Amino acid sequence: MTISVWPDNKPLDVAAIRDLPEAERGEQLKLVAKQVRRLIVQTIDSARAGHIGGDLSVTDGLVTAAFGVLNIAPERADDPARDRLILSKGHCAAALYSVLALRGFFPVADLETFMKPLSALNGHPNRRKVKGVEANTGPLGHGLPIGVGSAVASKLSGKNWQTFVFLGDGELQEGSNWEAAMTAGHRKLDNLVAIVDRNRLQQGARTEDTASLDPLGDKWASFGWEVADIDGNDTAALLKAFTQDRKGKPLAVIANTLKGKGVSFIEDRVEWHHKVPSREQVELALKELA
Amino acid sequence: MNAHGIVSADTFDCRVAFAEKLIELAEADSRIVAVCNDSVGSSNLNAFRDRFPDRLINVGIAEQNMVGVAAGLANGGFIPFVCAAGPFLSGRATEQVKADIAYSNYGVVLCAMSPGMAYGELGPTHHSIEDLSWMRAIDNLDVLVPADPEQTKAAMDWAVSSGRPIYMRVGRHKVPSVTPADRDVAFTFGKIDVTGDGTDVALVATGTLVSRALEAAKLLEAEGISARVLNVSTIKPLDAETIIKAARETRGLVVAEEGVLEGGLGAAVATTLAENHPAKAKFLGVTSFAPTGSNDFLLEHFGLTVKGIADAARKLVG
Ligand SMILES: Cc1ncc(C[n+]2csc(CCOP(=O)(O)OP(=O)(O)O)c2C)c(N)n1
Ligand SMILES: [Mg+2]
Repeated sequence: MTISVWPDNKPLDVAAIRDLPEAERGEQLKLVAKQVRRLIVQTIDSARAGHIGGDLSVTDGLVTAAFGVLNIAPERADDPARDRLILSKGHCAAALYSVLALRGFFPVADLETFMKPLSALNGHPNRRKVKGVEANTGPLGHGLPIGVGSAVASKLSGKNWQTFVFLGDGELQEGSNWEAAMTAGHRKLDNLVAIVDRNRLQQGARTEDTASLDPLGDKWASFGWEVADIDGNDTAALLKAFTQDRKGKPLAVIANTLKGKGVSFIEDRVEWHHKVPSREQVELALKELA
Repeated sequence: MNAHGIVSADTFDCRVAFAEKLIELAEADSRIVAVCNDSVGSSNLNAFRDRFPDRLINVGIAEQNMVGVAAGLANGGFIPFVCAAGPFLSGRATEQVKADIAYSNYGVVLCAMSPGMAYGELGPTHHSIEDLSWMRAIDNLDVLVPADPEQTKAAMDWAVSSGRPIYMRVGRHKVPSVTPADRDVAFTFGKIDVTGDGTDVALVATGTLVSRALEAAKLLEAEGISARVLNVSTIKPLDAETIIKAARETRGLVVAEEGVLEGGLGAAVATTLAENHPAKAKFLGVTSFAPTGSNDFLLEHFGLTVKGIADAARKLVG
């Protein structure tokens, strides 16, 4: 199978989206998100492995950040002043890879090598092998401390880049997140955004049936963060949150999402954390994402 | 059983035997509880949860918390089996293992699921290849690596009866049974199980590498090289006597493990040899962060195969 981009519509100039007026940007991002979802399904199909539920829930946030807000581009991958996008929930590497491929960091066709022998596209991201990856995540609870360090470096160096960290909600059960949250709040890191992919599911059950997180916004607020509680599958809402006034504080975006968003039979079902769709289900999924 | 110690052609995931045995132990002893980190499925604890819903403490994705909670449960009179993927149990919670379990001397069984490179293409973050080194470095912690389902179950019996702080690998990579039918117990704490009495080379292996060493011995014998195989299922404390005897009675040792060479079984054997009976030896293990690939692909990549072990032996005695 060949992984293809834009099978049914005219290619978008993805690099230009960031410069569009906000209303138009949200619409274009929706189209990009659909394409990224298609790439994710095809990538997982080709590997016959992956974490499809979390990939599909975080897609809109990643797309909005990478194509709509952040100053990241393949030709600037080593620019010290580039914005930093960190996927802390590293098991959703297929989503990150799909975004990076579409943004031109490497050829889309390479997605077919996902998890195959000697591929650069390991099951969890590796910055030594893939341009655009900032941190080798996979063990949960590592991205936010790295993001805090990056945000401090941004201020110290005077280069003033933005740091966006994508976190799972189950991941927030790791204490390291709250240590980092305390540092960020204390240091008023208004150049740091933590996006919580609040799909309410973790590997084996619902978060609220395992170790509950609610009231989640209050938790972040009490650590000194500004909080935006939004529909995390709505690119317009994400765009608004990512560009809102930070009031001199780090920003936590509680992105309320559906795990498996966009594919009806995968949505909001715990077993789809890392189940692999059958060939027939892949066809069905691609039809729903047409 | 054939003369070379591989008992059956079938292969087994030790986690299945582990899950069955844990229920059996829990039926017999109400002090036994399981503690996990959102790993009910990956640790095969679904049946345990259904049978003993109150005795499964799933703390969520929080390994440091998990090990600390286990220490508290032990303090309160329970015998916790902590069940989590090896890399996160041994790596994330190392200090809790050291201070809360080993130094505090609590009888907690730390069960490292899917160790070595069992997680294959999930990559180095998910490989538990440093665990034997890290855990060996901690005083008052026994380190066990059962090689098959029978050994896994017998090691669990010993763990409960001993009341010791224990770190134990529970393999996911399918292995054949290597427990000889004539053994009363499949696992004896602190004792190496020796197959054969070859005098050319000793193949010292642990866990997934034991059945491969047994196969390699067969290959070598066909070539006129006589080998004995040492199954090291207690990494710490190491059965020094059997290692020294092997060094005395052969021309060299090949040591193989699914882990790094710095500080693991190989390092333990090397120290024992250097202090007691210097001998020629070759150490096989995982020598770098792995590239992308399945568990089998990676074992091949690092030469942790029948051929790799046999080649090392030939070179050693050649
Ligand atoms: C430290 C650590 N413990 C356990 C795991 C195993 N694990 C991988 S994904 C996952 C569930 C993550 O849930 P969540 O953060 O909600 O992610 P999402 O729902 O977005 O997939 C777990 C427990 C891990 N990767 N790292
Ligand atoms: Mg989740």
